[in-house]
Amino acid sequence: MIDFAWSVWNGIPAWSQVTLVNLVLIIIIVLPVVLGVAYLTFAERKIIGYMQVRIGPNRVGPRGLLQPIADVVKLMLKEVIIPTNANKYLFVTAPVLALAPALVAWAVIPFTDRWVLANIDASLLFVLALTSLGVYGVIIAGWASNSKYAFLGSLRSAAQIVAYEIAMGFALVGVLMSAQSLNLHEIALQQAGGLHQWYLWPLFPLFVVYFIAGVAETNRAPFDVAEGETEIVAGFHVEYSGITFALFFLAEYANMILISALASVMFLGGWWAPLNVVPFTWVPPLGWLLFKMCGLLFLFLWFRATFPRYRYDQIMRLGWKVFIPVTLVWIAVVGAAMQTPLGFLFH
Amino acid sequence: MNFEQLLFYFFSTVLVAAAVMVITIRNPVKAALFLVLTFFTAACLWILLEAEFLAIALVLVYVGAVMVLFLFVVMMLDVNLVRLREGFAEYLPIGGIVAVLLVLEMAIILGPQRFGLGNFPEPAGHAADYSNTRELGRVLYTAYVYPFEIAAVILLVAIIAAIALALRRRKDSKYQDPRKQIRVEPAERLRIVKMPTEKRG
Amino acid sequence: MTYPIPNLLPALPEIWVLGMACVILIVDLYAKPHRLVAYLLCQGTLVGAALLTLTGWSTGTETTFNNTFVHDRLSDLLKLTFYLIMFCVFAYSREYIRERGMYRAEYFVLGLFGLVGMMVMASANHLLTLYLGLELLSLCLYAMVAFQRDSSQATEAAMKYFVLGAVSSGMLLYGMSILYGLTGSLEIGVIKQTIAGAGSENVALTFGLVFIVVAIAFKFGIVPFHMWVPDVYHGAPTSVTVYVGTAPKVAAFALVMRLLVGGLEDLAVSWREMLVILSVLSMGLGNIVAIAQTNIKRMLAYSSVSHMGFFLLGVINATPNGYGSALFYVIVYAVMSLGAFGMVILLSRTGFEAERLDDFKGLNQRSPWYAMIMLLLMFSMAGVPPTVGFYAKLLVIQSVIQANMIWLAVIAVLFAVIGAYYYLRIVRLMYFEDAEDQSPIIAGTDMRVLLGINGLALLLIIPWVGVVIDLCGKAIQGLS
Repeated sequence: MIDFAWSVWNGIPAWSQVTLVNLVLIIIIVLPVVLGVAYLTFAERKIIGYMQVRIGPNRVGPRGLLQPIADVVKLMLKEVIIPTNANKYLFVTAPVLALAPALVAWAVIPFTDRWVLANIDASLLFVLALTSLGVYGVIIAGWASNSKYAFLGSLRSAAQIVAYEIAMGFALVGVLMSAQSLNLHEIALQQAGGLHQWYLWPLFPLFVVYFIAGVAETNRAPFDVAEGETEIVAGFHVEYSGITFALFFLAEYANMILISALASVMFLGGWWAPLNVVPFTWVPPLGWLLFKMCGLLFLFLWFRATFPRYRYDQIMRLGWKVFIPVTLVWIAVVGAAMQTPLGFLFH
Repeated sequence: MNFEQLLFYFFSTVLVAAAVMVITIRNPVKAALFLVLTFFTAACLWILLEAEFLAIALVLVYVGAVMVLFLFVVMMLDVNLVRLREGFAEYLPIGGIVAVLLVLEMAIILGPQRFGLGNFPEPAGHAADYSNTRELGRVLYTAYVYPFEIAAVILLVAIIAAIALALRRRKDSKYQDPRKQIRVEPAERLRIVKMPTEKRG
Repeated sequence: MTYPIPNLLPALPEIWVLGMACVILIVDLYAKPHRLVAYLLCQGTLVGAALLTLTGWSTGTETTFNNTFVHDRLSDLLKLTFYLIMFCVFAYSREYIRERGMYRAEYFVLGLFGLVGMMVMASANHLLTLYLGLELLSLCLYAMVAFQRDSSQATEAAMKYFVLGAVSSGMLLYGMSILYGLTGSLEIGVIKQTIAGAGSENVALTFGLVFIVVAIAFKFGIVPFHMWVPDVYHGAPTSVTVYVGTAPKVAAFALVMRLLVGGLEDLAVSWREMLVILSVLSMGLGNIVAIAQTNIKRMLAYSSVSHMGFFLLGVINATPNGYGSALFYVIVYAVMSLGAFGMVILLSRTGFEAERLDDFKGLNQRSPWYAMIMLLLMFSMAGVPPTVGFYAKLLVIQSVIQANMIWLAVIAVLFAVIGAYYYLRIVRLMYFEDAEDQSPIIAGTDMRVLLGINGLALLLIIPWVGVVIDLCGKAIQGLS
């Protein structure tokens, strides 16, 4: 039986072997991400509930644990309504455009020393380029809906994302200067050896800028002016229902997880344990990565429970007048320090 | 035909089709979106040439930033295409003749006997640790440092020109200074008044 | 891997001007508005740059920055001309822009950045630097034309200039890309070596050449690529017209010398034919249409078209002698044009633009001195003998005769005579008509002095005209 399967496998051409293996790997990566999204929504509702002295969802399944499944089923069964005079093709394409980059970027994330789907040379740039594509989903959704609120949401989102992408890119420049590489795997390898090797310390301002810009790029509170439910109803996805709405939802949370994963890999040492002593080394490398991601994801939820929404001009001011100068100054500091005997601090 | 060629023809077809749509489609927003597609497929072609830095920079800069702002503007404009196309038929004959002549000349002169693959030596293969990004950086900051700096000056001029042409300080605009807003003390805004209770009249 | 730090000395003037432009930008933030600081710093920058260029005056050819930059006599002479013209341009504009609410440091800074662009073009030894210098200059000019934001005329002019300029840049790039495809190099010297011997037989080279010639014609404003010239000259604030109409023409000469002569001289047979057609059309259309104009800025625009046609006569000869006469012509034209637009600025005042020909009526009654200056300028433009404009025309026509193209020389003389009509019409208006407007002519001291020198120079330079011509000739000979 095994022999037969092996002979069938050998019988098909080499390129389709590669394709099949990759397909399986992609499913192995994407399925946990989607599942993670489902339970992230659950965690969000629970955590914010406790912060606001409520219980949160507790009806479906034990302690409400099946709530996300129920939500998914409900969203899938709802009717998709396309508004009159909306641009049908673009209206349907928009959610896909929002989701696709959020999932594709996972291809280059190194999960452990050996687990990375595509170990390409410029993976840092690749991720940056893909996250910048996500905005098209929002813009097209807002325009294709043929609704004023949706349109306003997409305009706000376009301006916001352009502003924060620059700061985000500059923050990553610092990382690549320290690591001397654009490869995420390489960057994580450089941080081996414990807590003190993480780029969090020498590049602390860049980490802060990167993470906050990440919050802004994912349209999360307090930067959620594109949705702004108290001002423009639900912003760009006001006209979406059922599965199309679910895709936007999925994209937003998948992006949150992605940003957390990237921040962990680039600033928090990826899969490496904080100290190379016994109790820490018992945990498998993947466990450490997930632990760090969960910590950052908790911050996302904490922000949402704590801060009121920024006003539009405040967002622009923060992006252009604070973050970009901060990153520029720190890049100069890193560059100058590398030429001095203090350079070892930044490597 | 191997897989790489298949990819090349696929992307080239999409690129040319999208480029044609940019100039023929009626709706300006859709035209801009097709331009995005054109850039994206061009980036894919560059990846096939192992120029990954340029490809990703194209996506990052043009698709991710320039076209977003472009769409931002185009979506807000109410472009009247009927009026834009008014003179079209009038100038079509002469424009058409020039275009056809030019295309013919290009087809004759830029054909394979001058720019065919046989006329150029095959590019040397890259070493295993070749990094397109590293090589580009090296060349930009050494051999081409002068043009690179001038390009930077051009960008500076663009910033200055844009600000000089667009920035207006209106006297009557209501402007908030966040620094002042943050520094506000409760005592400046809230006045606690103590007054005796009044008897019910 | 180490890389030797390039020799920065030859590029010192560029670095100085660029650095000072940035300094002015920052100083202005802390200076009170409408202060003279920006203007004085700007003029100081020009004087400093002139000193730097003079101290570093080259005796041979020197390249740096990996052969992208060349420092030779031609580049030094052109740069000195730029400083001189820009000095006058800024002096003429100061009062004008103050009265019209355009007095901001950005005006001077953009002007200086444009100067850097011209300097880069003058010392370009690489297609990339040539193109980037051109773009730097053009970008500054587009912005300055639109500087009067509330004027719809200026905005329209800027828009036309921008769109046509972008098209012509596209042409230039396309031509350059074909050159690159055929020669495998962007370095001008290497291109010259590669195509040596290929000559005009190579159709693909000629194909690329066509695009380059078209782009150059666009930048000069030569018929049939002159459409932008009258609109831009007319629509732009006059202080910007002075800029657009003078120094960039000299810079465009650098484009011709570096590209057509430096790189593609072996194709001279091909580009000569194209230039002959362009030249005849320019001289014809420019001179004839100028007669019909009632607006002096438009008239001077068409006159510039015709002058560029004359200038091409010098290039057509394709000998060092011819290039020398073309260089002399373009410098003389820039000085004359500077003075003529300077007069338009002088007669304008707050709320009034002296743009109509009628505004020059009876200038002799109002101010005999300025009428005399304008008389000299117009005589020189028309090529009336005792002025330097006559020598310029004489030299280019001589060079055509040397090339055995007598018929072209005859046409040129014919059009020069036609052209004299509209220049002399202004002289008639000034001296034989009564003034409609009797208001006094007010101007700053710097402007009055400079404009006086500018006008008189056209006459008083005559004893030393041989020296200038010699200088131009030497600059060209340094090339080969």
